[in-house]
Amino acid sequence: MLKQMEGSVAVAEAVGLCRPEVICAYPITPQTHIVEGLGEMVKSGKLENCEYLNVESEFAALSVGIGSSAAGARTYTATASQGILYMAEAVYNASGMGLPIVMTVGNRAIGAPINIWNDQTDSMSMRDAGWIQLFCETNQEAVDVHIQAFRIAEALSVPVMVCMDGFILTHAYERVDIPEQSQVDEFLPPFVPRQVLDPANPISMGAMVGPEAFTEVRYLAHHRQMEALDLIPQVAESFREIFGRDSGGLISTYKADDAETLIVSLGSVIGTIKDVIDERRENGEKIGCVAIRSYRPFPIQAIHDACKHAKRVVVIEKCFAVGMGGIVAANVRMALTTLPLPVYTVVAGLGGRPITQKSLHRLFEQAGQDKLEGLHFLDLDKQLVDKILEQEELTGCSGSTAENILSNVGVVATAKV
Amino acid sequence: MNQAENQKVRFYQTGTYTVGNRLLDGDIRTVQASSDRSNSLDSGHRACQGCGEALGARYAIDAAMRETNNQLIACNATGCLEVFTTPYPETAWQMPWIHSLFGNAAAVATGVAAAMKVKGRQDVRVIAQGGDGGTTDIGFGCLSGMFDRNDDVLYICYDNQAYMNTGVQRSSATPPAARTATTMPVGPEPGNQFGQGKNVPLVALAHNIPYVATASVHDLHDLERKVKKAMSVRGSRYLQIFVPCPLGWGSKPCDTIKLARMATECGLWPMFEGEYGEITNTHKLRRPSKVDGYLKLQRRFAHLFKPGQEGQLAKMQDLADTNIRKFQLLEEGSDDE
Repeated sequence: MLKQMEGSVAVAEAVGLCRPEVICAYPITPQTHIVEGLGEMVKSGKLENCEYLNVESEFAALSVGIGSSAAGARTYTATASQGILYMAEAVYNASGMGLPIVMTVGNRAIGAPINIWNDQTDSMSMRDAGWIQLFCETNQEAVDVHIQAFRIAEALSVPVMVCMDGFILTHAYERVDIPEQSQVDEFLPPFVPRQVLDPANPISMGAMVGPEAFTEVRYLAHHRQMEALDLIPQVAESFREIFGRDSGGLISTYKADDAETLIVSLGSVIGTIKDVIDERRENGEKIGCVAIRSYRPFPIQAIHDACKHAKRVVVIEKCFAVGMGGIVAANVRMALTTLPLPVYTVVAGLGGRPITQKSLHRLFEQAGQDKLEGLHFLDLDKQLVDKILEQEELTGCSGSTAENILSNVGVVATAKV
Repeated sequence: MNQAENQKVRFYQTGTYTVGNRLLDGDIRTVQASSDRSNSLDSGHRACQGCGEALGARYAIDAAMRETNNQLIACNATGCLEVFTTPYPETAWQMPWIHSLFGNAAAVATGVAAAMKVKGRQDVRVIAQGGDGGTTDIGFGCLSGMFDRNDDVLYICYDNQAYMNTGVQRSSATPPAARTATTMPVGPEPGNQFGQGKNVPLVALAHNIPYVATASVHDLHDLERKVKKAMSVRGSRYLQIFVPCPLGWGSKPCDTIKLARMATECGLWPMFEGEYGEITNTHKLRRPSKVDGYLKLQRRFAHLFKPGQEGQLAKMQDLADTNIRKFQLLEEGSDDE
């Protein structure tokens, strides 16, 4: 049914339709509205047969989820930013134990300096934790991918992180088609765990494993993610058959077939990129884009195939590895190792900085002429950075930088004059 | 003693105030004395000789298994108990058992209990267990959260007063003056500092949960009774069991039970029970012994008996005396009253 609604509320409804049995809730912006929505559904009786727990931290949220999933209950939680760092130990533990938990990440920057706005540094910090990571472009996709996530997780015994941009998606009101319960029931069978804590059949879970088998355990985790490369498109196809919508899958492409310049990105910024591509196509520029929907497993072959006819690839990412450069770009480069084309890294939208069409036009103009440096920071205030660097050289002091930078912008800077 | 209230045992039968299983009616003998105990923590594990924790866990879980008709799931924190029972691919647990992390046993247990509830299996009960480090330090947040929500879990802390698995480092349950690898017996005030540490049983009590108790491996009847009591109620329950560690304490493996008894008898390990925020019962002492005898048997306190350390030793006695006063441990009409 089509509804005009907030992204978080839509996700809450989608998760509710998946009949979760245990939900752990801990507030952190911008994810909070999702668990609030689910809390109301459980309390009102709309979502039956579900235990909703208010826990004391994100570490506890996922730890409770580990217990409930190990005991055979379909388990959901949501987090963001500092929260995913606080639960990091449990993030690795859940995947190591093969527990098919589904967790939403309302993507947000990581401090310091503390920043509540959107980028994707949080999910990226857990990219190697053994979870499947699915990124969403729109709220409709977020709804659909959550439903697919439970099926993928439970088929493979691998936890799934559904990543949606904080505020840009979580707090945006748009038209969303919420599926019928009967459709979801047809698509998503009940959770049948292969191992479960049961007095009738006692097993020990989480035993210590030494050098004699640890590599094999890790290899099997990798093997399951490689299986996911096949399964994720199959689940997307099965979803299309029942719900009549294309959602999920490993990647999606837009006007990519004849593109000389290919933009590769992930998340909500794909929408802005598509608009800019449309405008540039009107002027005859051969430009298109590839949206990475599954970041883990990383679809090396699919990205290679989508990019093989391009002349250049521009990776736009809302995260970066300090001291190295692009995180997503490094992965894309690996996919394109055998192709003789430049891969530009563009770091954009950090800490909620808007990625505007104007900036993208300027960027694509430079890229089209191969005038981009290898690592480009979109809309970086170079003047401000240079000023700070100069000051630091003068004082020779070390210490907090954020306040120093702020004192050179906005009203504070104006007042000083 | 508790069982003596139910059954008259004549003094001439034993010559002492102790009452052995042999003289008791079958139904009040210990679970451990029974040939049909569950042996949930089975033999063949890799605990040290004289390990108090292995004893404590065996006693507590066999008792809990009997109370739940073997419908029990255990969630274990990282630590000695986890390591010595489950070296892959072996396991000593004859019950459903899960280990996740060092600091989350209480939260994992909450999750298991929630799953049992949602699946209509409320006959299946859940215990969480860990050492003092996993309970009073790194697992403390999850433990307090579990108490706060009054989740239906019995949490058992096996307290050997330091991080033994990592090589004997100080925890917040380490007593003052004790030598550990991080509180060495050097300087003017050797060993662990006075004035630090936390009494988690009292902190648990302050959460107003249905049941809190301290117990010790030397008093099996008392320990089993407390487990039984804990399993007879729903909601969060907390049991902290005193479990000497020969390796960490520098004591003889054969002295584990003796040391546990001496700690209680001198007042350093007060045994009490509480319900909903109030202490309801304490283990009374007829004639408290001095702390010296207990301390002398452990190398971790050896520096207290060197010349010039009389003040530190006196402060240890003060701790015991404070406990005796605070928990009203003296039996009425006892020799010291």
